Amino acid sequence: MSELIIQFSQWLLTLTQGAEPWDSYARYLPRLMDGVWVTLQLVIVSGIAGFIMAIPLALMRIAKSPWLWVLPYCYIFFFRGTPLLVQIFLVYYGLSQFESLRNLGWIWTDVLSQPYWCAIIAFSLNTSAYIAELFRGAIQAVPKGEVEAAQSLGMSRRKQYQHIILPRAFGIILPAYGNEVILMLKGSALASTITLLDLMGATRGAIARTYMSLEFFLLAGALYLMLTAILIGFFRLLENWYNAHQHATRMPVNKLDAQLRDKHIEDNAR
Amino acid sequence: MNPETHITERPATLEVKDLHKRYGQIEVLKGISLTAQDGDVISIIGSSGSGKSTFLRCLNLLEHPSQGSISLRGETLDLVANAQGELEARKRRQLEMMRARIGFVFQNFNLWPHMTVLENIMLAPVLVKGRSKQASRERALALLEKVGLADKAKSYPGNLSGGQQQRIAIARTLAMDPEVLLFDEPTSALDPELVNEVLGVMQSLAEEGRTMLIVTHEMRFARDVSSQVMFLHQGRVEEFGPPDEVFRHPKSDRCREFLSSHL
Repeated sequence: MSELIIQFSQWLLTLTQGAEPWDSYARYLPRLMDGVWVTLQLVIVSGIAGFIMAIPLALMRIAKSPWLWVLPYCYIFFFRGTPLLVQIFLVYYGLSQFESLRNLGWIWTDVLSQPYWCAIIAFSLNTSAYIAELFRGAIQAVPKGEVEAAQSLGMSRRKQYQHIILPRAFGIILPAYGNEVILMLKGSALASTITLLDLMGATRGAIARTYMSLEFFLLAGALYLMLTAILIGFFRLLENWYNAHQHATRMPVNKLDAQLRDKHIEDNAR
Repeated sequence: MNPETHITERPATLEVKDLHKRYGQIEVLKGISLTAQDGDVISIIGSSGSGKSTFLRCLNLLEHPSQGSISLRGETLDLVANAQGELEARKRRQLEMMRARIGFVFQNFNLWPHMTVLENIMLAPVLVKGRSKQASRERALALLEKVGLADKAKSYPGNLSGGQQQRIAIARTLAMDPEVLLFDEPTSALDPELVNEVLGVMQSLAEEGRTMLIVTHEMRFARDVSSQVMFLHQGRVEEFGPPDEVFRHPKSDRCREFLSSHL
């Protein structure tokens, strides 16, 4: 134990006094920042694509007819039930088995054979399954009376979904959706296994040249932490804006209707 | 067509014939008929479980009746039984158009919390009646003025008291210019001191000559405002007539009992 403490102190000493690892940091930081940018792209593109795919999936999932729900049910079951790494490999190594895909021209050469796009496809499919499940719960959690109000005013089913049910469901899933995006950010490190130079890939590249694994993994961890902090902040802002109606009682008491003061005090006491 | 005969033959605003509702073996509505002419204000009273809310909710198919017919100004809603024996609209479009003409006010207001008061009122006229946003906004502001909440246009429903929310809900319904207004215990979810502001709005609507069906426990209001009172007991109409008759000289024992415990 004491040996470990001595070794750790020595390591700290080189960190504060020697030129290493700062020279290496300076040399490889641009590549790591390129990696950060790739990671961000992966998360943002597949976050948006997954979200868009999740809505029709969730709508089919809640349908009464088995013809409609069985397909999204299996889809969600598969993508939630298998490791993300397996899914990435299936897309990256699996697709090339099919000659008809390889003969698709630019779709094969520029998209399906590129690790960047394979990672985005795998992440999008994966996250869409999770978000679809969130949406399904949220759609069913929209109070029945609010839907009845829309019905009683003569709105068509489509308009009920478009203006009442989906916007309400979005507000309900927002906190969980932010959480899902953060999980995906961390999962995105798996993209480095298919030769992609995301933050994790760039870090491993730097370590291969410098043999400074502890220093560079620490740096990568710090950068991931920073990205997570940014995402948390972004979703906090989005939530405050989108769910502004829930924070009504944060107003100063004197601006509030007398009839609501009890509720206000109750809310603030919580 | 001769315009005079057209007027005299004008069909009833709302006509319900022999409405039944069954939940499995239990029959909660055992054949209720009702005719409302223009300007009628009909209060529906009865103890809980008598089926009065179910009856009202059947009229615009929020609840599916098992048997019966519903007509609005002579247009009969085309109903067809589904596998469970409940009646559904044959054409969704016809149901939507009829619902747009029948206003419904809920016990729990059911405002949409993610929209401001103004957006709540503006939405359906724009989406369903194809009214322009500008026209819809002006109408919404006029209605807010009418229910005495002009200063709340930009508030969210969560910011308002129950009485205020119910008045907004009434304004939202009125924005569709409905031919009949259905009120489902509109004051039952309110604190006692908030009841009167809602009843006041409803009274002014009655005085305007609107056709209204009101399920209520407010006996004084029913007596003072309605043109007809319907007393339901175990899914049947036990007593029907002008409020003076029903409240002063009830014919059935059950109605007498009910009134003596509620007045």
